[in-house]
Amino acid sequence: MNIVVCIKQVPDAKDVRLDPETNTLSREGVKSVINPYDRHALEEGVRLKEEYGGSLTVLSMGPPQAAAILSEAISCGADEAYLVSDRAFAGADTLATTYTLAQAVAKVANPDLVLCGKQATDGDTAQVGPGLAVRLDMPFVTCVKKVHTVSDGVLTLERMMDDGYDVLEVDLPALLTVVKEINTPRFPSLRGLKRAKDYQVASLTAADIEADESQLGLGGSPTQVVKVFPPEKKGERTMIEGSVTEQVDKLAEIIFEAALGS
Amino acid sequence: MLQIDKDACIGCGLCEENCPFDAISVEDGKAQVNDNCTLCGTCVDVCEVEALSIPREEGAGIDLSQWAGIWVYAEYRQGKLAQVSQELLGIGRDLADKRGVPLSAVLLCADSGDVPQELIAAGADQVYVVEDDALSHFNDESYGAALEDLARKHRPEVILAGATAIGRSFIPRVATSLNTGLTADCTQLAMGDDGHLHQTRPAFGGNIMATIMCPNHRPQMATVRPMVFPASAPDQSRSGEVITESVSAKRLKSRTRVVETVISAGEEVNLAEAEVVVAGGRGLETDQGFDLIKELADTMGAAVGASRAAVDSGWVGYPHQVGQTGKTVASKLYVACGISGAIQHVIGMKSSETIVAINRDKNAPIFDVADYGVVGDVFDLLPPLLEKLKERSGK
Ligand SMILES: Cc1cc2nc3c(=O)[nH]c(=O)nc-3n(C[C@H](O)[C@H](O)[C@H](O)COP(=O)(O)OP(=O)(O)OC[C@H]3O[C@@H](n4cnc5c(N)ncnc54)[C@H](O)[C@@H]3O)c2cc1C
Ligand SMILES: Nc1ncnc2c1ncn2[C@@H]1O[C@H](COP(=O)(O)O)[C@@H](O)[C@H]1O
Repeated sequence: MNIVVCIKQVPDAKDVRLDPETNTLSREGVKSVINPYDRHALEEGVRLKEEYGGSLTVLSMGPPQAAAILSEAISCGADEAYLVSDRAFAGADTLATTYTLAQAVAKVANPDLVLCGKQATDGDTAQVGPGLAVRLDMPFVTCVKKVHTVSDGVLTLERMMDDGYDVLEVDLPALLTVVKEINTPRFPSLRGLKRAKDYQVASLTAADIEADESQLGLGGSPTQVVKVFPPEKKGERTMIEGSVTEQVDKLAEIIFEAALGS
Repeated sequence: MLQIDKDACIGCGLCEENCPFDAISVEDGKAQVNDNCTLCGTCVDVCEVEALSIPREEGAGIDLSQWAGIWVYAEYRQGKLAQVSQELLGIGRDLADKRGVPLSAVLLCADSGDVPQELIAAGADQVYVVEDDALSHFNDESYGAALEDLARKHRPEVILAGATAIGRSFIPRVATSLNTGLTADCTQLAMGDDGHLHQTRPAFGGNIMATIMCPNHRPQMATVRPMVFPASAPDQSRSGEVITESVSAKRLKSRTRVVETVISAGEEVNLAEAEVVVAGGRGLETDQGFDLIKELADTMGAAVGASRAAVDSGWVGYPHQVGQTGKTVASKLYVACGISGAIQHVIGMKSSETIVAINRDKNAPIFDVADYGVVGDVFDLLPPLLEKLKERSGK
């Protein structure tokens, strides 16, 4: 089974803090990491490859520094890694992103299975997986929490729903997006780390993936950000002052009135 | 690419400070952009001397006048209409009236029963119904193809859907097939005088809202979280038209099949409907610290809520997460303890009636949405509060 995993570099959510003075994001010291969901997608790829054989390719569209997460993916068990990077991609919304990724996938692999994370933690759109599947003309299943079996070109799996879960069968080739429950990602092995050290991540430009320029980046994006602004604040607010005992008394009163008293 | 007018640039550094992506720096007194730039436009907005711009070629686009009407995807599963569909018909009604066009609901199912009537009572002028056994279970390919075909045939200018497991799964498929834009998880929607839908959502992972438009493509598509908009009160006297549509069997064929549907009951956290929520964040510091929240909730008969930081730390399960990527609550009382109040959290709780915030940092943004605030340490305040509440509730 030939597997492609799409991974994205995102700022580490744990580090993202608000600057109380300016009310903007302070990005100082914020590390860039593999999107947490994509770690699980990668792990599932490695697991399925170990069980069913085949190859595992990872892809990321992003700036040159995203090569770091691709190296990391190699150390975790991926065979090949490609960085899809070109200034022409800047400003891509999800429609332009899926176009670019689909061109890249078609260029480097003929996958039976494409794996994505459920969503990227920087934008949280969860749109790239389904969109990419449409472009590759594959069926897809989102929020997969378990892959049971692969046999005769059919995958059996569980997909999370708001009120429980569905058990599905899906014909290969297919695309899945995964949630964290699906597995526990492993740490890189020593062998993997060694391989990553020597491995040269290949770069693909817009020309390399034979892209139609009009569908790339900002120009290829139907959505436009027209305004950015801080969220509105609520008007009135009472601060409870005094000693701890006084504050606790007042709090208890408010809580009682608002909730328990009525 | 971001254009920098070096003559206009005064090297003030506002752009560098505000860039969410570390993509601009001031060198030799002039702004410089690097490859991190995503063309988000934040710098263009903050620049006071108009030295920055993002030239955009006006897309050839499509003939916008061919697309009219507001559509709401009516989510129907296991014999139940999702509450968010009623909420969408409420806001959809406003958008349609402002634009002077009809509001339609789209219902895909095996057996519609009296759901079309329910949708009309909630505000729809028209209900497009596709009834087919192939639609008895939710299935991305069949549902996607059906909605896509209806949209191509009737050309609505807007399609709204709930940001539920179902909506977030198949709506992106429809948007890609229709080659149009889709904005996820909108928290505000407005019909502009320019005739475009102004879609607002939290963005860039920070405390920022972004308004997004889809000016040259139709339909304009958006998903909206449940409980962000109020549901319209049903009006049984409303009348509307039920239009039966069919979609070819070939299009409804799917390469995925539902083998079994498991509805989980019991341990589910009914946060969304809780009247009182006690929520904790990173300020509780540890597992044991967070137990204070659980005890408080227990005493008050409240549900336990949490920020993502608390969930990520493993102190409480994901079903308790409140916010953009968790649940939305509209409780009578929301007590936020040791939560900073990032916009992604606030989105999920700000419609609560009374909000009480406890935080040791007087500048924490949570106080901006609070009705009552206490600047103090949760470990000083919560234990005596717990005692007090136990006393008063006679436990
Ligand atoms: C795309 C995206 C989606 C997100 N979705 C969500 C979401 O759905 N829900 C969510 O909650 N977050 C979400 N987040 C994360 C969000 O941005 C914040 O990082 C998170 O809400 C912070 O949690 P917190 O307030 O507990 O932690 P912090 O921001 O670290 O705040 C802790 C607060 O506790 C206070 N404190 C510390 N010690 C004490 C003490 N002893 N006594 C009193 N106060 C104390 C501090 O002053 C501080 O204000 C999302 C982020 C992104 C980028
Ligand atoms: N630039 C990218 N490069 C590679 N994969 C991506 C990229 N953007 C999104 N993805 C994949 O799509 C998933 C969903 O992302 P999103 O739709 O942005 O929330 C991620 O978890 C990744 O697997």
